[in-house]
Amino acid sequence: MTKEKIREIVLRALGQIAPEADLAQFKPNLRIRDQVDLDSMDMLNFIIALHKELKVEIPEADYPKLLTLDDCTEYLASRQELLAK
Amino acid sequence: MAQFVMPQLGADMTAGKLLAWRKKVGDPVKRGDIIADVETDKADIEVEVFSAGVIEKFLVQPGEKVPVGTPLAIIRQEGAAETTESPKELTGPASPAPATPLAVPLPPTAPLGTPRLHISPAAKKLAAHYGLDPASITGTGPGGRITLQDVERAEQAKTVQPEIEGQPDRQARMRHAIALAMARSKREIPHYYLSTTIEMTRSLAWIAQANLKRSVEERLVYGVLLLKAVALALRETSELNSKWSDGKVIPNADVHVGVAISLRGGGLVAPALHHADRLSVDELMKNFRDLVQRARAGSLRSSELSDPTITVTSLGEQGVEAVFGVIYPPQVALVGFGKIVERPWSSEGQIVSRPVVTATLSADHRVSDGHRGALFLAAIDRRLQEPDTL
Repeated sequence: MTKEKIREIVLRALGQIAPEADLAQFKPNLRIRDQVDLDSMDMLNFIIALHKELKVEIPEADYPKLLTLDDCTEYLASRQELLAK
Repeated sequence: MAQFVMPQLGADMTAGKLLAWRKKVGDPVKRGDIIADVETDKADIEVEVFSAGVIEKFLVQPGEKVPVGTPLAIIRQEGAAETTESPKELTGPASPAPATPLAVPLPPTAPLGTPRLHISPAAKKLAAHYGLDPASITGTGPGGRITLQDVERAEQAKTVQPEIEGQPDRQARMRHAIALAMARSKREIPHYYLSTTIEMTRSLAWIAQANLKRSVEERLVYGVLLLKAVALALRETSELNSKWSDGKVIPNADVHVGVAISLRGGGLVAPALHHADRLSVDELMKNFRDLVQRARAGSLRSSELSDPTITVTSLGEQGVEAVFGVIYPPQVALVGFGKIVERPWSSEGQIVSRPVVTATLSADHRVSDGHRGALFLAAIDRRLQEPDTL
């Protein structure tokens, strides 16, 4: 799967959780939680949505690697099982 | 025979608009069935019925907005014969009717069409002060009794309703409903406030360990431990799990923790996690997640809005360390949690860095004193130091 496709999936997941967010204006290098109002339940739902779409198990210890859209894209792309698809 | 009435889904609701019936005349219903969709100022609610029977008549049609307590339908209870009286004879427009349970058995000796007015002397005096006709006020106390709160609500509806009718925007109406409830709370409830700092090392370690074994969909958030700790602590200081109605404290038999959930686009609701003290942490998490999703999707059920016996609010995610909330009447207490922060902490003679959270209590001084409130916060602390017991 290409990074572009992963980025699309991440943005779609964010859009489902925070429909009021203006994703067209989203800055990929800024913290997601500084741009979208997400609480811990939203973050969990975000991780669950990524898991469902990409079949990637994201351990809680890796949450700090998902701070920005760029972080998410790089992290998810780096998972071997994903690249093998 | 029973009336199914427009329920009061929180202290800030004076009227509701029937959006749709979910059942047809002749359909059997049982306790807990969703019978209708109702629009309030805050949300569209799936309204449940709390008596079994067969729907005999609808008295209100979709699209109609009616005051709380207005009969919406007649439900023939099992074994009862069909009625021959017209709905008008059964329920005059000024007939007082309690909000809960939602379906109210008609008193067998009440003369049809001439409802007797039940009103406390204090409420009668207040109604006279406001120039309100008691017969026009919907009673929500036991047996349809008109309470002081009912009179206050009627006065607010009288003075405010015309303004909000012109505001179709749900956000504006929600803001208005919150304003009414919070102004009433601050006007009527003598709040007192307490706070304590709770060390969270053990609870956070317990969560981290528990989540290692769980799939993504089964993971816990720390908030669920806070909710369970509050629910269990309430068992020890039951006066905080009461309601204040018509000048009296009425204890609640069950613990239904209302959770303040901020809505996308503004406003908040605080629906109940039923029997939070009896659920396992996993069950509570599942229900909590479901509740948050449905609150934000606008598909809450009536019992979730009418049943909370206390409210918990957590502003931790927004970056504040403490929140001193406003009690949601007729509840008598509200618990607040701030964000978890690393702070210097004294442990075994050493100053160490520890994650801590500030827990606060806003409580009604008519119902409890500071000493009992302090014991309650201490019980929450103790529970969070023993996460295995939650």
